[in-house]
Amino acid sequence: MYEFWVWFSYVLASVTFIVGLKFLSHPETARRGNLIAAAGMTLAILVTIFLYRNAEGQPLGNRGLIFVAIALGTAIGWIAAKRVKMTAMPQMVSLFNGMGGACAAVISLMEYPHHSFEGGRWTLAAVIVAGLLIGGTSFSGSMIAFGKLNGNIGDVRFRGQMILNLLLLAALLSLGIYLTVQSQPNMPLFIVMAGLTLLYGVLFVVPIGGADMPVVISLLNSFTGVAAACGGFIYNNQVMLTGGILVGSAGTILTILMCNAMNRSLINVLVGHFGSTTAADGAGSDKGAIKEISIADAAILLSYSRKVMVVPGYGLAVAQAQHAIHELEKLLEEKGVEVSYAIHPVAGRMPGHMNVLLAEADVPYSKLLEMEEANNEFPKADAVIVVGANDVVNPAAKHDPSSPIYGMPILDVSQAKNVIVIKRSMSTGYAGIENALFYDPKTRMLFGDAKATLQKLISEVAAN
Amino acid sequence: MEQLMNYLLEHREMVFIIILSIFLGVEVISNVPTVLHTPLMSGANAIHGVVIIGAIIVMGQAAADNYPALVLGFLAVVLGTLNVVGGFVVTDRMLEMFKKKKTKKES
Repeated sequence: MYEFWVWFSYVLASVTFIVGLKFLSHPETARRGNLIAAAGMTLAILVTIFLYRNAEGQPLGNRGLIFVAIALGTAIGWIAAKRVKMTAMPQMVSLFNGMGGACAAVISLMEYPHHSFEGGRWTLAAVIVAGLLIGGTSFSGSMIAFGKLNGNIGDVRFRGQMILNLLLLAALLSLGIYLTVQSQPNMPLFIVMAGLTLLYGVLFVVPIGGADMPVVISLLNSFTGVAAACGGFIYNNQVMLTGGILVGSAGTILTILMCNAMNRSLINVLVGHFGSTTAADGAGSDKGAIKEISIADAAILLSYSRKVMVVPGYGLAVAQAQHAIHELEKLLEEKGVEVSYAIHPVAGRMPGHMNVLLAEADVPYSKLLEMEEANNEFPKADAVIVVGANDVVNPAAKHDPSSPIYGMPILDVSQAKNVIVIKRSMSTGYAGIENALFYDPKTRMLFGDAKATLQKLISEVAAN
Repeated sequence: MEQLMNYLLEHREMVFIIILSIFLGVEVISNVPTVLHTPLMSGANAIHGVVIIGAIIVMGQAAADNYPALVLGFLAVVLGTLNVVGGFVVTDRMLEMFKKKKTKKES
């Protein structure tokens, strides 16, 4: 009866994954959806450990060690996930995604030498090789994405990089096909392939601009899904198959949705070299002068406005200034100023990043305006405060066809009567391009760390 | 070609599952609001942690004296667990933020 219960639990787990994803797509049910999927996963894991029988009807051994490994992974994963700051969420997702990819690659590595691929069993070899290729790429690529978001790794580009990448990919595919048609495992060559795969993952991600990492993570996420599905094929395991393929296809669609939000194609993201150094001086022709504003003047301007809009960006997240901005908002509201937030879909490092961050600071949901709504409101605003956002308010996206971000919908803050930009320095944003907004006659710059500056503003406004 | 056809026939149920799952995956998330992109990505990330099942199977079948296999299998299970536990916990933390705000509003 073991077989029945294993099968039955796998069906249940697959259903929880589908329901989980469905629930995750709606704000009211999202959290429940995550818990449902987690429950299904726990069931599938426990049933596998205790009831799984292999083709010869043997139960699994090494249970003690398996439990130790699970306990270790749970402890590390739990603590890491609980401790990570909300701002560092994106890189954490990337890290965990890489772990899954590595897991799939290691499974391929372990299974490969145990099989003979004679007599039409080349398809098994193909699945094992695919698991290594996809899982390995996902692992090393995710690690690079993690490093980039964490600020440890910059963009690395060199001449002929794209050709090198394509050659490497072609070499990997040929090697994969060669290994697939061998009747016996060729372990040394398989290990060479593993090494090249890891290298490819690095080279694949390293030239892509840091601002595009969310899209890359989402893509690698669906890669790992497919790698897990390869494992499902190796073991004839339905739950790995459904789980993996579901994530593979949902992840691909999500990746495309994210690209759509930036009005760009996936190909453009992957090989477009967003913000390459050559395009960096695109908007620099007639700069004009920038104008600074003092804290005191800014406080007065805000206190006597009727309507103030806040445009948060990654700088807000880095400075952990979400509570400070909420405090300023409350203070201004007490003075009868109407305050709202304009949220660009790709502000921050991940879509929805700002919403999560502001929700953490208890900013009411009704105060968050989506881009279209916000753009209608800007002309009525007396002042707009841009906190640590840059590319999402860059008018070059509207006016300058030579700009790498041309065509991306932006928050058109220059429609407002006054613009205050809080920024650490004049350095460019993540896309590495100049921002003409800073030279706009309506714009006043307020240099400094977002949190510290907002706190000074708060005490000034309170004193007014 | 014949081999491929035979293989597909041999695994007809799995191929069937794959094709239906692809459409299901697309369908199930097609109406997701932008706000939920990040948690959804993170939740999907946790779900592909199902790869841990493979890690458990490969570890459970390693001979008790085959140390390289045991070490690799152990590593695979740890990696898979990290993916599952980390993925679900991070997603829950993100979604917790949404929920907190909701209850405040109601009260």
